[in-house]
Amino acid sequence: MSDKKKLVLADVLNCSVKWVDDRFPLTSNVKAHLTEYYAPKNFNFWYFFGSLAMLVLVLQIVTGIFLTMHYKPDAELAFGSVEYIMRDVPWGWLIRYMHSTGASMFFIVVYMHMFRGIIYGSYRNPRELIWLFGVAIFLALMGEAFFGYLLPWGQMSYWGAQVIVNLFSAIPFVGPDVSEWLRGDYLVSDATLNRFFAFHVIALPFVLVGLVVAHLIALHEVGSNNPDGIEIKKLKDKVTGIPLDGIPFHPYYTVKDLVGVAVFLIVFSAILFFAPEMGGYFLEANNFVPANPLVTPAHIAPVWYFTPYYSVLRAVPPILNSQFPGVAAMGLSVMVFALLPWLDKGAVKSIRYRGALYKKWLAAFVVSFLVLGYLGTVPSTIWGQFGGWMGGADRATVVARVATVVYFAFFILMPWYTKKDKTLPVPERVTG
Amino acid sequence: MKTKNIFKKVLLVLALLPILAIANEGAHLDKAPIDASNKESLQRGARTFVNYCLNCHSANYMRYNRLLEIGLTEQQIKDNLLFAGDKVGDQMKVAMSKADAKKWFGVAPPDLSVEVRARGADWVYTYLRGFYRDNTSSTGWGNCVFDPVNCKVSMPHVLYELQGEQKINHETHELTLESPGSLTVSEYDALIGDLTNYLTFMSEPAKQQRNHLGWFVLLFLGVLFVLTYKLKKAYWKDIH
Repeated sequence: MSDKKKLVLADVLNCSVKWVDDRFPLTSNVKAHLTEYYAPKNFNFWYFFGSLAMLVLVLQIVTGIFLTMHYKPDAELAFGSVEYIMRDVPWGWLIRYMHSTGASMFFIVVYMHMFRGIIYGSYRNPRELIWLFGVAIFLALMGEAFFGYLLPWGQMSYWGAQVIVNLFSAIPFVGPDVSEWLRGDYLVSDATLNRFFAFHVIALPFVLVGLVVAHLIALHEVGSNNPDGIEIKKLKDKVTGIPLDGIPFHPYYTVKDLVGVAVFLIVFSAILFFAPEMGGYFLEANNFVPANPLVTPAHIAPVWYFTPYYSVLRAVPPILNSQFPGVAAMGLSVMVFALLPWLDKGAVKSIRYRGALYKKWLAAFVVSFLVLGYLGTVPSTIWGQFGGWMGGADRATVVARVATVVYFAFFILMPWYTKKDKTLPVPERVTG
Repeated sequence: MKTKNIFKKVLLVLALLPILAIANEGAHLDKAPIDASNKESLQRGARTFVNYCLNCHSANYMRYNRLLEIGLTEQQIKDNLLFAGDKVGDQMKVAMSKADAKKWFGVAPPDLSVEVRARGADWVYTYLRGFYRDNTSSTGWGNCVFDPVNCKVSMPHVLYELQGEQKINHETHELTLESPGSLTVSEYDALIGDLTNYLTFMSEPAKQQRNHLGWFVLLFLGVLFVLTYKLKKAYWKDIH
């Protein structure tokens, strides 16, 4: 191409951009959110998961659109239509496995993203709203996953939904009416499948995308935290006004996140192409049996990403013959994350400058979360029973109760141990 | 450093958790000889399936022409496996109605399209070799793989002419062959092995293609990773 032609092309491009800019804030938005959004230069491994969560969201929406073209939300046809997708739809198996693997990977990525927020204090002033939007995204995601899990209409879909919807009937006074209203029937049925389909493909995706936009707007308003937990906006270049430790998101973090995307896709594809069931954790064996309202499976367990909260539910004993305390504890175990910005009284944000006390509590929390998660996947008789001195209680139930107490203690005692914790001095500038 | 130690301990505890979960499953399962690349085995299994299973059990999601993938030609499928009136693109349906089946067996025989994904190949392989003579049951057969507690099963032993009759020791649940059938023990095991292999293929016909494609995808992503990594290094030269 000659130089003259290049010049013409550039002119056309510039003119077009100007035409748009006169009518829509294109260039100013690109600047505000990409080329002149200054992010701390010391992001580490944990900072890949935000962009990865966006990637998985897009993957789920796109594969979901294609699945919707072939899936039938009808109790008689649903199970068969999934197998039709797996066998007769060209590349249907690939799309379905992308969606089913994506569901579990979404939670892995989001859990890592949340853990990042916890260890570096990303929820603290001035980022409380970012965190609250994030907790709302997490709740919407749990709803999205729950509604979606009914759609294959297998035994686990059916009985999982039955158990969860029945939980609402434990609410005093209005409970039974609420769960009947949610189901649209006296038991999980075609009516339930249809409304869950509506929630899964329209209602919650809208909510999710809206919340993600709010999450990002709030983030770009106050700026990103970093592994040192210090505010880069405090030290700016006197001439340009650019934070000294800040670098433009584009191109630096766009190219860096691409590396994360490549690594993530390798893990994602390894699972998708070689172990899409992930040993029964991503796709449960019992869900290859069509839903049967007359046959209750011997062992009903939710998918792995719900199991920590399910364990909390099982661990709390009924009080006055009511399951409500367990249900309330389960709800609290999810909602309590929203309180973190106000529970943390630490002098520093990042784990790098926290003392041993906080680290011990965090470790105890991680262990209890994982133990609860594991126990939620197995029957509570898995470890046998204690002897007479414990009244013959299930060992696993007792362990789950201890873990539940530790789980909540991490939050309830946080104001105390973060205040008492001996912290290290925080540097002026970001490190490493 | 201290946090790292704590997290190492956490990981160790996690790695040990599944070991603590001592499996308390019912019956011991034999390993099924699954080999998706053994087309002859799959073809023999398909023949056994169509001749013996497909009278009561449907495979509603499986089309006959999917058998082209295990090396059969359309003519071979038409000549050997199709019932009169079926077309090669049809699904493997049965004539028996669900209501009739329920009347005759107590429960309708399940569709077998994805049975291996629900039960596992080892279960199917052990189950089909686990029938024994039980004159107290309505069909005359019992099976402790199907029901580890009471050894009850609704399905009669359809292959008993081939296997013969087994007897059970009620204490140990051990099976011994009492009167041999037309096949020897190893021939019968091989027949069930082929059948299980076929049922495994049928439960996910795209699996071979999936595994094959996976290597190319990973290779592509490996190259993509190297390129993105180099790109990142080039851009970040002036930062660190």
